[in-house]
Formats: sequence, C-alpha cells, structure tokens
Amino acid sequence: MSDDEDAAEVREDGVGRRYLLIASTSAVTAVGAMGAAVPFVKSWLPSAKARAAGAPERVDIARLRAGELLKPMPTWRGQPVFVVGRTAVDIEALARAKDGLADPASDNEAKQPAYAQNPYRSRKPEIGVFLGLCTHLGCSPKEKNEEQMRELDTGWEGGGFYCPCHGSRFDLAGRVVKGVPAPDNLQVPPHSYLSDTEIIIGVDEETA
Amino acid sequence: MAESPPLRPVGPRRPIRRLIAWVDERFPLTETVEAHATKYHAPKNFNFWYYFGVLATVVLGMQLLTGVWLTMSYVPSAEEAFASVEYIMRDVEYGHIIRYLHSTGASAFFVVVYLHMFRGLAYGSYRKPRELVWLIGMAIFLTLMAEGFFGYLLPWGNMSYWGAQVIVSLVGAVPFVGADLMEWVRGDYLMSGITLNRFFALHVVALPLALVGLVFVHIVALHRVGSNNPDGVEIKDNKDEHGVPVDGIPFHPYYTVHDFQATVGFLFVFCAVVFFAPEMFGYFLEKPNFEQADPLKTPDLIAPVWYYTPFYSMLRATTFPLFGLEARFWGLVVMVAAILMPAVLPWLDRSPVKSIRYKGLASKVMLAAFVASVFVLGYLGTVHTTPLTTALAQVFTAIYFAYFLLMPWYTRVEKTKKPPERLT
Repeated sequence: MSDDEDAAEVREDGVGRRYLLIASTSAVTAVGAMGAAVPFVKSWLPSAKARAAGAPERVDIARLRAGELLKPMPTWRGQPVFVVGRTAVDIEALARAKDGLADPASDNEAKQPAYAQNPYRSRKPEIGVFLGLCTHLGCSPKEKNEEQMRELDTGWEGGGFYCPCHGSRFDLAGRVVKGVPAPDNLQVPPHSYLSDTEIIIGVDEETA
Repeated sequence: MAESPPLRPVGPRRPIRRLIAWVDERFPLTETVEAHATKYHAPKNFNFWYYFGVLATVVLGMQLLTGVWLTMSYVPSAEEAFASVEYIMRDVEYGHIIRYLHSTGASAFFVVVYLHMFRGLAYGSYRKPRELVWLIGMAIFLTLMAEGFFGYLLPWGNMSYWGAQVIVSLVGAVPFVGADLMEWVRGDYLMSGITLNRFFALHVVALPLALVGLVFVHIVALHRVGSNNPDGVEIKDNKDEHGVPVDGIPFHPYYTVHDFQATVGFLFVFCAVVFFAPEMFGYFLEKPNFEQADPLKTPDLIAPVWYYTPFYSMLRATTFPLFGLEARFWGLVVMVAAILMPAVLPWLDRSPVKSIRYKGLASKVMLAAFVASVFVLGYLGTVHTTPLTTALAQVFTAIYFAYFLLMPWYTRVEKTKKPPERLT
C-alpha cells in the first residue's frame, strides 16, 4: 500500500519534472528564436547606402519666380519637393484667416519644424517648401492655378494642389481643407537657407 | 454457347507490376494513388462548379512554369526592370507569349479562385467537418493576394509604382508606429529599387513556396473529410457493406477525365484572351503601366487590378474618423476585415442544412445581395470617386458585411427544405 503510494508519488514527480524541463527548454528556444529573427527583421531597414542617398540636398532656387513651382522638381530622399514662389497676392491671401481648413494653425507638430508653424508654413513668406506627397496615401498632388482649383472647389482663393488619387486639396501653404481624405497638412521637410539663392533640404539651421 | 475465355485481369503487365512492387516496398506509391485517386470516393453528383478547384491547380502550375521562364530574362532593379520587360516582349523568342500567359494567368487565377469560393458559399462547403479545409483555403487566398500585389510592382511601370506606394502607405495609417513600419517595408524613404528587389524575392521564392505547401495541405485535409457536393449531404453517412459510400464514385478515372475536359475548355478561353486581349482593355494590364515608373508623377487615376477593386472600394468608402483615429486607419481596418470575414463562416452559419438548394429564401436573397455587392464594389473601385460613388460604396460595403454578420440570425429563423436521403 505504502509502496504503491510511493510509486505514484515518484511517477507524479517524474511527470512534473518532465513538464518543467519541456517548458523551460521551449522558453529558452523561443528566446533564441527571437534573437535569431533580429538579423532578418533588421535587414529590412534602410541600408547604409539608402541612408547615404537620403543625405541633405542642396537646391538652387535662383530660377524660382513668384507664382511658380520650382522645375525641374527637386527631390529629397527621392521624394518630390514642392518649392513654391508666392506672389504678394498669395501672401496676403494666406495671412488672412480662412475657414474650411482642417489645421489652419499647423498644430500637428509632426508635420513641420517650429520655424514653419506660421500662416505661410515657411521660413520666408514668399517661398514655401513642402514634401510633394499627399498625407493620405502618398500620391503626388498636382499643381493647379486658381482657375483650375475653382473648377474643383468654387470659392477657392489662389493656386493650390490637388491629389488625383482621392481628391484631397491643399492651399499654397500646403494646408489641407476639411472634408477630404488627407488627414494632415503637407509635410514641411527640415530645410535652411544657405543664401538667398540656395536652400538645403534635410538640415535645420537650428539643429545643424 | 461456348463459354468465353477468362479475361486477363485489368492492370499493368508483369514487369511493370514487379517494378511497382519494388517501389511500394520503399515508398507508399500504390497506397497514395489509391487513397487520393482510384479509391478516393467523391460524390457522384458534382456539377459545373466543381471544376474550379482543379482549374486553380492548373493555373498555379502554369504560373510556376511561366514565372520561372520570365525570371530567366527579367532584371529586378529600378534601372533595368522596365527595360527588361520590354526586352522580354520584343526580343526574347516567344517572350511576349510567356509574359502574357503569366499576366493573364494572374487574372485567371483570381477568376477561378473567386468562383471556387462562391461554390463553397453556395453549397456550404465551409461547414463541419470541412472547417480546416476552408481555413487553409483562406490562407491560400491571402497568400495569393500578396503574391499578386508583389508581382504587380515588378514591371516597374508607373501604375506598378504608385499602386504599390498607395498600398504600402496604408501601413502608415497604423497608429504610432505607422511611419517607421512604412520605412521598414520599403527599406527606403520611398518606393525604390530596394523595395523592388525584396518584392521580387517574395514574389518568386517565398510566396510560391508557401502557395504550393498550402495547396498540398488543402488537398490532404479535403481528402481526409471528403468532398462536399451540391446537395450538401454527407455521402459517408450511407456506406455499403465494404465501407464504400453508396453515392460515391472513385475519383479516377471518372472525375480525372471530366477535369481533363474542363481544363481543355478552360485553356481555349484562356488562350483566346492571351492571344487577342491580353490587356483586357486595361483591366488586366493597366494603361499607365506601359510607362516607366516616375516617382515625381502620379497617374491621374490610381486603381488596382480588378481582383482587388472590391476591397479598394471599401477602403475608399471609409471616410470618417472614429474614436480619435483617422479615417484612413479605419479604411485599412474595414478592408482587412472584409478580406478575412469569410474565414469565420463555419461558425456563423447556423442552418440545419448545408446547401443553398435546401436553405430558405433569406439565405438565397442574402447570397445574391452579397454577390451583387462584390460586383458593384468591384466596379466602383475602378473609377474616380464622386460623392455619389462614395455613398454607393458605403451602402454596398454594409451589404457585404451584412451577409456575414446577420448570418447567425437569418439562417436560424428561415424555413428550410429537407435534404434528400440520397444524392439527386
């Protein structure tokens, strides 16, 4: 009787021990597998070459005229950059408080550096610099003049940008209107003026 | 009358039999053939809808074959991809045929898979005991969608480029980590040659391997439980004294011959498309894709290939933010939910019968409404949005989900017919 009980106890203990060993081996293996996954997951990050190609870009803006978009279009990290020359009329229109904008005061801090948190969303009122990719799903919006914008939106003032993919509209400060799919204003990339005729995209004076 | 001489037993001659015996001792050849063909009993009442499973396998084989051949001449780099496709089209002997077989094959794959899935919906093939067959099938469907998506970037046309940009940007809608996740997927700050190379690796190595493996377990699971049929009656419930289903027939040669004929018929139609309308008026190969990818210029209308448009419509139809999260995130959620929804069907259907033949009016109406919603959403996904198309897409998105979410209710309350004891 007591022998049987002992045997049962030993068997119980043996089983418990086996489960403990299986569980701990599995746990250690899982940790190892996670470690082994690191190189595979990390190898998908931008490579050193891609990061180097994404270095700051100097752009000559001597040929930029008021009321025009700088062409051929400069790129930064391969993405199109809109450099907008604004006329006095444009500047005056942007400065006036407007209804119908989703984020008129540029409150979303992720979308522009502090120096572009003003009605023009730029360092200088007469020149705007934006990433030319819609904040919705990354299509490149088209440049439109006032007349063309009014066909899409009666009562539009000045030129603007229209995204062909899902119909989002932006003003000359890259501010998105309400009621379109794009959730945010166009991104202002970090940029600085090297001189009156040259800017560098990718570097803030503030952080350089 | 004289008695006729005894017939020689049907089967291979002696040397062949000895060879088979030699193999059987070392590999379960005869056993496998019997289990999956000559002694696998399929219901005797298969109809037209039962061709699409085998056709899907045929198309898979064709895609593997043409894919391997395309890889011999294609160059996966941003600089050369587009030119190498043109090289295949113009300079490689029969290259245009091989490429059009592959590009048309992609659309054909989705045609037969959608019809195959519809068959499952109509005859209740997802129900017990075939839940796993259905779930493995869903995994095949997801893998196939990914395979098609990665493959579409490879020609490096302008629609390839911007279509992929839009879909990858969806990842950016994930709260908090979206922007970093997007960079991780692309391996760059924008869609680039780096992205192209990894999509190429996934398209030609990883996903085809996964597809073949999944198709294999799909068939293994199916042969474990046996095929469903248009009556939705289990043939295994009625067996003769040898344990063979009374209403079953060995798959080979009866159905293999039928399937062979179906394959020939399918290839007639398929080749007609390949030879005479490989672009299918912009539905199989979109017009902007005959222009090289231009990272500075988005095509005027971004539309995915037809087989994704129903889901793309639902994405675009989600236009309002909710719970403090932006609309495009919910669009992503709705799209993913719509794609995954069929996976839970085995647990939504509460009807006492399997087949639509014996289900009530509500099930028939809902199935018809579901099919209509897929077609309407599919069309809407190919055109520019207007307030009207957005409203329509919202209504039909609701219908699409209603088919699934109301199923536990309407399959229980409706009046069903009693299925027959034997197959009809």
